[in-house]
Amino acid sequence: MERYTLSVLVENHAGVLSRVVGLFSRRGFNIHSLSVGTTQDENISRITIEVYGDELLLEQISKQLSKIIEVIKIKTLKKRDIVKRGLVLVKVKVTPKTRSEIIELTNVFRANVIDISSSTLTIELTGGNGKINAFLEMLDVYGIEEIARTGMTALERGTSTLKADK
Amino acid sequence: MTGAEMVVKSLEKNGVKVVFGYPGAANCPIIDRLSFSSIKHILTRNEQGAAHMASGYARVTKRAGVCTATSGPGATNLITGIATAYMDSVPMVALTGQVAMPLIGKDAFQEVDITGATLPFVKHSYLIKDGLDIPRIVNEAFHIAETGRPGPVLIDFPMDLLKAEYDYTDVDDSPVIRGYRLLGKPSESQIKKVADAIKEAQRPLILAGGGIVSSDAVDEFRLLVSSSDIPVVSTMMGIGVMKGSDKRYYGMLGSHGTRAANALANKADLVIVMGSRLGDRTTAHCMKSITDKKKLVHIDIDPAEIGKNIQPRIPVVGDIKDVLKQLSPLLSDYKTPDTWRKEADALRQKYAQPLVTEDTGTVNPKYFLKILSEKMGTDAYISTEVGQNQIWTANYYNFKNPRLFLTSGGFGTMGYGLPAAIGASSAQSEKTVISVMGDGSFQMNLPEMGTMCQWDIPVKMVVFRNNRLGMVHEHQFLLYKTNYQAVSLDGSPDFNKLAEAYGIKNGYVSENSQIEAAIDEMMKDKESYLLVVEVSPFEPTGDSLNDKVLPEKGDN
Repeated sequence: MERYTLSVLVENHAGVLSRVVGLFSRRGFNIHSLSVGTTQDENISRITIEVYGDELLLEQISKQLSKIIEVIKIKTLKKRDIVKRGLVLVKVKVTPKTRSEIIELTNVFRANVIDISSSTLTIELTGGNGKINAFLEMLDVYGIEEIARTGMTALERGTSTLKADK
Repeated sequence: MTGAEMVVKSLEKNGVKVVFGYPGAANCPIIDRLSFSSIKHILTRNEQGAAHMASGYARVTKRAGVCTATSGPGATNLITGIATAYMDSVPMVALTGQVAMPLIGKDAFQEVDITGATLPFVKHSYLIKDGLDIPRIVNEAFHIAETGRPGPVLIDFPMDLLKAEYDYTDVDDSPVIRGYRLLGKPSESQIKKVADAIKEAQRPLILAGGGIVSSDAVDEFRLLVSSSDIPVVSTMMGIGVMKGSDKRYYGMLGSHGTRAANALANKADLVIVMGSRLGDRTTAHCMKSITDKKKLVHIDIDPAEIGKNIQPRIPVVGDIKDVLKQLSPLLSDYKTPDTWRKEADALRQKYAQPLVTEDTGTVNPKYFLKILSEKMGTDAYISTEVGQNQIWTANYYNFKNPRLFLTSGGFGTMGYGLPAAIGASSAQSEKTVISVMGDGSFQMNLPEMGTMCQWDIPVKMVVFRNNRLGMVHEHQFLLYKTNYQAVSLDGSPDFNKLAEAYGIKNGYVSENSQIEAAIDEMMKDKESYLLVVEVSPFEPTGDSLNDKVLPEKGDN
């Protein structure tokens, strides 16, 4: 089992996401993470999906997705050829003693403090799964109050692009 | 022009002649406008009947069948029919009324999210949000339903949009769907590989599926078989691709297929699958040997079907007609090895079972179907329900042409056959349409006899009566130690009296020696007829599964 990243261009219509997600659940495919947003063309959204499986499963997922009328294009992104990022917002407990320690840690991970209170810090971090997990692990000892985490989103490196045909 | 007028105008533009449906508040604007059009609306007795009729109509006309229902329960009643069409790749356009736009999401009276409910089993669906989209969307729906691998498309119309007036000018409303592209020509190199594999094989076998019928490639297919002599077995949807009596046809494959077909699939060293999704019922008795030992060629129009259930050695994506056009010339001087043909014929001989034809107090349904097919010629439509009646018909009625066997192959829907026969008869009124049923499935949609009478649509109904849900009864005999539960149909009416009440002529037969006379009486005139055929509750389905004996050792 390997983790694969699929980039899917879809019509920016209501209900498209439920078609895509419904397909995964009814065919027994597992979604590891998912993110959706519009593209430079306001009529097109990009869905980035991370799945675990093997080559055959991936091929089947990709073929089934292609059958959805509102799916315009699909590309399986190869691990090495992409940049992939997710975002996490984490609210961590602080005391006057630990505050500067946590801020230091934040700097090491190139994360940002985006909100502060007498007893908490809210920090944003973007990165790959590994970096985010490592950061959360480091914060764990201070007491994590809340986590809000997005799915991964990705683009190919260099000049390759995924675009709808004109 | 109102939204409803645009709907009806677009239906006419798409060549629609008949709509099967049931009115309610939300689809009433469409029903109203239909009455001013060239399209006939046939009122059914339940929306499920409307969907199945549209399906039967589509199977015989090759065009999308159209059904309509109101919002809420009307729409949900269509669901079984839509799913049935989806599983058998039948083109259909379902038009549902929806509550008015401002009420959507408010749990209004008769509101249901029908596009959501049908999502898993439609080829596509639309909820109209702007009345001006109606002409384009109706055109798209027909285009999607009828092209590629056909299937059902649902359009949900909020009733306020149907009633609203629009300033509609007949602009370019031809479908532009960038996410839906039709396949190009099949890959030449893949087809060359198929031809080479056939030439190398010692024991090639073709599995003919419904895709050959959908693609209208039966003539090309029969030519290839007659020139190459490759033995053919079929799926249920592929019945009729070969004449039932053809010397190269060995029957239906699978758990309900013939033993000869299953034995052949196990012995073959190359199986060429054409237009089949290799469903579990089809491969039940040859799955292991297909996956392990032999070369598998899988040809289908839907790329997702290739490798979904079984990974083939040689995949070919394409319309079967195009594939055959390219493949046949490569095999023009090819002949199947003699030894394999002889082996195949010997297997047919070995598993041939004589039919009981003497009088026993009940009719042998297999013998009945054999006589029926001898009397029917080459163009009678036969619909079935699901259960023993379906398997008996599949295995013992000799279908001479494609599109004559109307049955729910993939979804296995009881209650399909009677309305499907009505749909077929409304499309082909000059042809004979026979609905073969069991007494269980007949009672699922029997009120549709009213539809038949109201619209003068003749259907010859044959009800195999054993007062049981025969296939489950058999299942409980084989697998549940004869603990017969929930299979008795005590409480059923006298079907002859019921036919009488509808004003339908009827007959009854309980001895094999009376079959011919009973069929002749049924066929005497054009009108609808109900023939009750008494069969034994212990009559075996008589297929591979229920013979208990799988292909003997050595045939595996």
